[in-house]
Amino acid sequence: MIEMMYREALRRALDEEMQRDPLVFLMGETIAERGGSYKVTEGLWQKYGPGRVIDTPIAEASFTGMAVGAALVGCRPVIEILFIDFAMLAMDQIVNQAAKYDFISGGQGTVPMVLRTQGGAGNGLAAQHSQSLEALFYHIPGLRVVMPSTPQDAYGLLKAAIRDDHPVVFIEHKLLYMTQGPVAEEEVVIPLGRADIKRSGTDVTLVTYSHMTLKCLEAATALESEGISVEVVDLRTLSPLDRNTLLDSARKTGRVLIVHEAVKRGGIGGDIAAMIMEEAYDDLDGPVLRIAGRNTPIPYNLNIEKACIPSVADIVEGVLRMV
Amino acid sequence: MGTPPAAAGPAGGSPRIPEQILRGMYRNIYATRQFELRCIEFYRQGLIRGYLHPYLGEEAVAAGACAALRSTDYIVSTHRGHGHCISKGADLRLMMAEILGRDTGYCRGRGGSMHISDKKVNNLGANGIVGGGIPIGTGAGMGIKVRQTDQVVAVFFSDGASNNGVFAESLNLAGTYRLPVIYLLENNHYAVSTPIECATGCCDLAGRGPAYGVPGICVDGNDALAVYQETAAAVGRARGGEGPTLIEAKTYRHGGHHVNDPGLYMDPGILADWKARDPLVLMRRVMADDAQAAVIEAQVDAELEAAVEFAKNSPEPAVEEFLANIKDC
Repeated sequence: MIEMMYREALRRALDEEMQRDPLVFLMGETIAERGGSYKVTEGLWQKYGPGRVIDTPIAEASFTGMAVGAALVGCRPVIEILFIDFAMLAMDQIVNQAAKYDFISGGQGTVPMVLRTQGGAGNGLAAQHSQSLEALFYHIPGLRVVMPSTPQDAYGLLKAAIRDDHPVVFIEHKLLYMTQGPVAEEEVVIPLGRADIKRSGTDVTLVTYSHMTLKCLEAATALESEGISVEVVDLRTLSPLDRNTLLDSARKTGRVLIVHEAVKRGGIGGDIAAMIMEEAYDDLDGPVLRIAGRNTPIPYNLNIEKACIPSVADIVEGVLRMV
Repeated sequence: MGTPPAAAGPAGGSPRIPEQILRGMYRNIYATRQFELRCIEFYRQGLIRGYLHPYLGEEAVAAGACAALRSTDYIVSTHRGHGHCISKGADLRLMMAEILGRDTGYCRGRGGSMHISDKKVNNLGANGIVGGGIPIGTGAGMGIKVRQTDQVVAVFFSDGASNNGVFAESLNLAGTYRLPVIYLLENNHYAVSTPIECATGCCDLAGRGPAYGVPGICVDGNDALAVYQETAAAVGRARGGEGPTLIEAKTYRHGGHHVNDPGLYMDPGILADWKARDPLVLMRRVMADDAQAAVIEAQVDAELEAAVEFAKNSPEPAVEEFLANIKDC
């Protein structure tokens, strides 16, 4: 294993896939010579040239649509939308075009594109640069939604996303880019649709993904000293969702707490809670609970920004209420 | 606004265009007209559901433009897309089957009139979102560049779509990367029921091209020969690495926005002027001395009958099979 930052792991995936397949190319704002605002594409323009690492004007709707068109003619474009908030400008192309083509055409063509973007609060970027909007994409049939939490997962899942024949919304978290973790030295492709049990336990299951996985693991460590054994299921891929891992863990511990940063209302957690109730009700020792972002736009001020997002203490407290 | 261009001749002069091209264009104009008239009849009989947007009166744009393309070139179409589809080389049987919602149709009855695509001839498909295809065609151009082939893309869209943001973005992008894309703006003078002069302060929409470094050309959209020639020139530039062109083809709908819209808001005098320059009539005049014209008509008529027969005898999609293929998670 090699220690690597999340953003370096993403870059390694892009580099290897571009090396492997000349039809993979990148488009986005300031991703070329400058290497991207979060430095994910650093060095790739120098290595692959301006024909495959392409800076775009500020035109999210159209360069997202361009990825659809390029995918339809045989390429595997990977586009970067700097903030998930800006993906709202491209919703027609994502929801009405990319997600529908395979179906609408009666299977005449698929759209093998990856839309990389990042979300989440924590950097004082306020309401239009901090959102967690995954539920919008999760809701749409035809889209894959991937939200890795570790460098290894970021690496292996991005490779799988690029090789997938369907549109993938690959959502990174701005607080994860600088996190470190071990990544396999050999090539690894992590199939989409498989959750990962980041920590095994027997008393309570925490179901989570993306940056909240780190907080859940921290909470699990804290709870261990209180004698509570917590299992942390990192979904990694929201769509397709790994129902089996999720339900097996729910059946094993009998207590499930879902944790996500996105607002609770209309969030992924509600859907997963319902699924667990429908499929594993008899094995539960109590209601499935959720800890999630507060129902508000993300504020600028540090203290009130923090107050919107689940903390480790919130998660610990949530588990204690269940056991 | 909306007055038809002064007629320069039967169809805008007498350029030297190979006979085979002329016949192909006539075939496609005639086929589109007959196909749609039949569809309208079926719609009235309740055999077609949803929306059906006739291309009546605009057929010369698709026929002229597609005549300048190779079968390996791509097109991107619109909700008013039957003419593009036919002119790019569609099988009328599969088109009719799709519009009648049959399992044998292009999209296996999943798409209908607004979503027909045809992989065999690189028709990337119609689109239910006005303007939705413009970035897709632009991206097909980028894909061609990445793959380093000499294909080009013709993107059809309307005056209505040219007022959408993606038009501006896409023209700018295509100009930036010198993409091999021909933007075919079909100015039929109405966005649903809103006349173009109520939707822009701009007289010639082609003028928007140079603002993005893209040549902008106006052409009489009812004259297939003129459309063919301008498109062929633009295709030549695109294949030669000289980048995109915006062609505004001025034309006119012969009716409302869709089959259930009587178009009462359209000025009867202006409509009559345009109908006097019906692209089918103009093209028939070009073919006046060609004995093949009648043969072409007979062939299309037979093809259409066969298509109707095929579609009507085709099964509808099986509900059980459809449901079995849905993954709920």
